[in-house]
Amino acid sequence: MKYASEFRDPKAAKAILAAIARAADSIGATRERPVHIMEICGGHTHAIFRYGLDKLVHEGVEFIHGPGCPVCVLPMSRVDECVEIAERPEVIFTTFGDAMRVPGTKRSLVQAKAAGADIRMVYSPLDALDLARRSPGREVVFFGLGFETTTPSTALSIQAAAREGLTNFSVFCNHITVPEPIRALLDDPHMTLDGFIGPGHVSMVIGTHPYDFIARDYRKPIVVAGFEPLDLLQSVLMVLRQIEDGRAEVENQYARVVPEHGNPVSLAAIADVYERRPSFEWRGLGEIDASGLRIRAKYAAFDAEEKFGIGYAAGPRHVAEPEGCACGAVMTGRIKPPACPHIGKGCTPETPLGALMVSSEGACAAYWQYGGVRAAAE
Amino acid sequence: MCLGIPGQIVAITDAERLMALADVSGVRRAVNVACIADGRLENLIGCWTLIHVGFAMSRIDADEAAKTLEALRDLGEAQEALEAMAEGQRALEGKS
Ligand code: SF4
Repeated sequence: MKYASEFRDPKAAKAILAAIARAADSIGATRERPVHIMEICGGHTHAIFRYGLDKLVHEGVEFIHGPGCPVCVLPMSRVDECVEIAERPEVIFTTFGDAMRVPGTKRSLVQAKAAGADIRMVYSPLDALDLARRSPGREVVFFGLGFETTTPSTALSIQAAAREGLTNFSVFCNHITVPEPIRALLDDPHMTLDGFIGPGHVSMVIGTHPYDFIARDYRKPIVVAGFEPLDLLQSVLMVLRQIEDGRAEVENQYARVVPEHGNPVSLAAIADVYERRPSFEWRGLGEIDASGLRIRAKYAAFDAEEKFGIGYAAGPRHVAEPEGCACGAVMTGRIKPPACPHIGKGCTPETPLGALMVSSEGACAAYWQYGGVRAAAE
Repeated sequence: MCLGIPGQIVAITDAERLMALADVSGVRRAVNVACIADGRLENLIGCWTLIHVGFAMSRIDADEAAKTLEALRDLGEAQEALEAMAEGQRALEGKS
């Protein structure tokens, strides 16, 4: 067990791994017929690779890496729209650094910046707000990106801008939600998932009840988990025990951070500022009903789509993904990254072809860094 | 961006805007405390919180903060967050 020494508590890790093995044996899971457990959150994917958990657990347990990295599921069309906004002379376009290298059909934000667009990386929408206060002659646009963990931050920023009467601040809203793509995966006729590891920090905001349908309607176990290695192992064990007992429940392994009903202030801000779009496009997964948020009409003055007449505000749209990119198949668990013909050849973190290579939370970047792909390429 | 980073609230800087100063691994950063504020803001001083993109999203205890920080360091996410904070500062100063 060569990785176990890396754990803060190797003894505890060993004990949980042994219990996982017993539970896996008891439900008859084997290398040929494994249980498929999907971790939804990209942070979990990263941790699983970092600690080699996929190799440490019983061979009958297989991790399927879910669509839980907001950078990875951003469709090219949205990147194009960012670039379009950023290239307007009056605009200062602000974004999280993670989004800079995501390829669009023509260029990424990094390339647009190199070509002269005023694009600035910020840590927080608060930085963008500050920039708007300091730059009255310019239009400051913040690229709102992320799941429910970052959604409250842009909602609260828009509320603050409205209170202050700022007229040169807007958000290009790309916020997406976790439960809807899970439902889409569960409705997929090729679905082979047996259980889920639920995201920790998303659940800190929304609580555990939005996952009730997974247990109730689809009879699948889900365990909300922290992202320390022991948290993840413990959560795998909890999923296996549910399968062993024939239970399907929503369990909370991360109760020290995740309250059952979420964070009331965040939820109120989200409800005040955002409403669901009828559908939203996910890279590799296509349009998913009610999976994206848009800014409510009462805050239209802060909606970059309305302000600049682009995106969903500009009418129907579709952009194809690049030829031969296997991102969609990887994200739905149909293939593993090494099976993509581009990995390590046309597609590396320096020159990503698909989005799963861009962020350290993307499954392909994780294989590159920890799965031997980089070593093989060098 | 998705994982929060622990920080300790060291001062309230703008009560009306619910802004505070947090110490994040030795770096001082302005954070919004709307999501964890109940009662007097001063009571937050000394509290450990999980900070997501500049917003303190939940209170945690000191032990949980230490463990989380260690896990984030292992994943390289702590450094990424600190670099992003520095980058944000440069953007405000118009240097990026
Ligand atoms: S290697 Fe690149 S192109 Fe292939 S699936 Fe991964 S990100 Fe997509």
